[in-house]
Amino acid sequence: MNLQFTLNGKPWSVDCEPADTLAEVLRNQLNLNGTKVSCEVQVCGACTVLVDNLPVSACTYLAYEARGKNLLTVEGLEKADGTLHPIQQAFIDDFAFQCGYCTPGMIMAAKSLLDENPNPSREEIIHHMDGNICRCTGYVPIVAAIQRAAGMIAKEKKQ
Amino acid sequence: MMPLRKFSIHQPSTVAEASQMLAQYGEKGRLYAGGTELLLAMKHDLLRYEHLVDVKTIPDLNRIELKNGALMIGGSATHRAIERSAIVKQSLPVLAEMETKVANIRVRACGTLGGNLCFAEPHSDPATLLTALGAKAHVQGKAGVRAIAMDKLITGAYETSLAGDELLVGVEIPVLAKNQRAAYLKFQLKERPTLGLALFLELDGDNIKKASAVVGSVSVSPTQSEQANRLLTGTRAQVEKQIGDAAEALANAADPVDDTEGGADYKRHLIGVFLRRAFVKALA
Repeated sequence: MNLQFTLNGKPWSVDCEPADTLAEVLRNQLNLNGTKVSCEVQVCGACTVLVDNLPVSACTYLAYEARGKNLLTVEGLEKADGTLHPIQQAFIDDFAFQCGYCTPGMIMAAKSLLDENPNPSREEIIHHMDGNICRCTGYVPIVAAIQRAAGMIAKEKKQ
Repeated sequence: MMPLRKFSIHQPSTVAEASQMLAQYGEKGRLYAGGTELLLAMKHDLLRYEHLVDVKTIPDLNRIELKNGALMIGGSATHRAIERSAIVKQSLPVLAEMETKVANIRVRACGTLGGNLCFAEPHSDPATLLTALGAKAHVQGKAGVRAIAMDKLITGAYETSLAGDELLVGVEIPVLAKNQRAAYLKFQLKERPTLGLALFLELDGDNIKKASAVVGSVSVSPTQSEQANRLLTGTRAQVEKQIGDAAEALANAADPVDDTEGGADYKRHLIGVFLRRAFVKALA
């Protein structure tokens, strides 16, 4: 089947099978390897991408579902001049990763939170990020990075 | 992991057409809604289907409305839509609150209420709460339309009483009257709940005249016990004295199983703890 969607701001047309997952299409056909695949059962969140601003598990989300929709992956976050998105910068500033495998998913989940709720409480961050698993850094720096990113985005908006 | 085996996706535009497709494909076809459980099972090759019937292409099947004192929630409404719905938050906050804690944000964004109930995974939060609230599933097949009480819809682990050509069109959930209270609590250590416990109470002044306690996740399907429900009626002081016996009756009826979410004895203990907490919360 032929699918058309907007991916990271650009229109795309892709031929794939109904059984292809969005992660397979992104990684194998479009060479966008920022989206990681780990548990493959919607538990770990490494494969989180945004579809019409909602976070989904690309590992078990059919590419078919993306038809006509607006997709955002971690590759689409940086600005045209290569400046990192505030969430990406905050993850670096707060040392919010070690091996980095969960990081793209963490960042996309955080993006969906801050788009909807620009000034979340610590509890709201924890509730939202509950389905993204990190097995090395621990969650304290990740929560701190999201709080820092919220501040950075608010500051950017004021300027 | 292996990629999914090949299948075709079909896009019905009406419930009747979907029912016809289900009848036509028989064992080789399955209704597909959010896919948050079906696709996982297919990826593990536990289920194989050549045809998926995408229920989301039927217009308005995700509608949420309040009609004659009951919420009507369409089969393809997502957990997120229910959690965020102003109508649900206002008319039945216990349902919106339960939905905010289903699985995780990604599952809530895609997973549907209809899919959750019809897949009948034993750890379903909605099934447990909706059983206590006396909800009914409206289903449609070639024989016509019928309404099934929640405890008659789910007949076991991954089993429902739906005929092969029937699909869940929506769920009718009575909203609470002024003298009714409800609470839902869950306990979870890992990705699936160890226990979900829903309590519905109907009051007459200081008297509890009707109660329905339902426990889910601890065994194959949501369970209640007539004996437990009887022990939960009476004056508040009386019920507080009987609540330990009620929990024991409920645990006996549920007959918890040992699994990776916890041992049977531990789950029996949790039923006692969470029944007390739900009682306090419902009456708060």
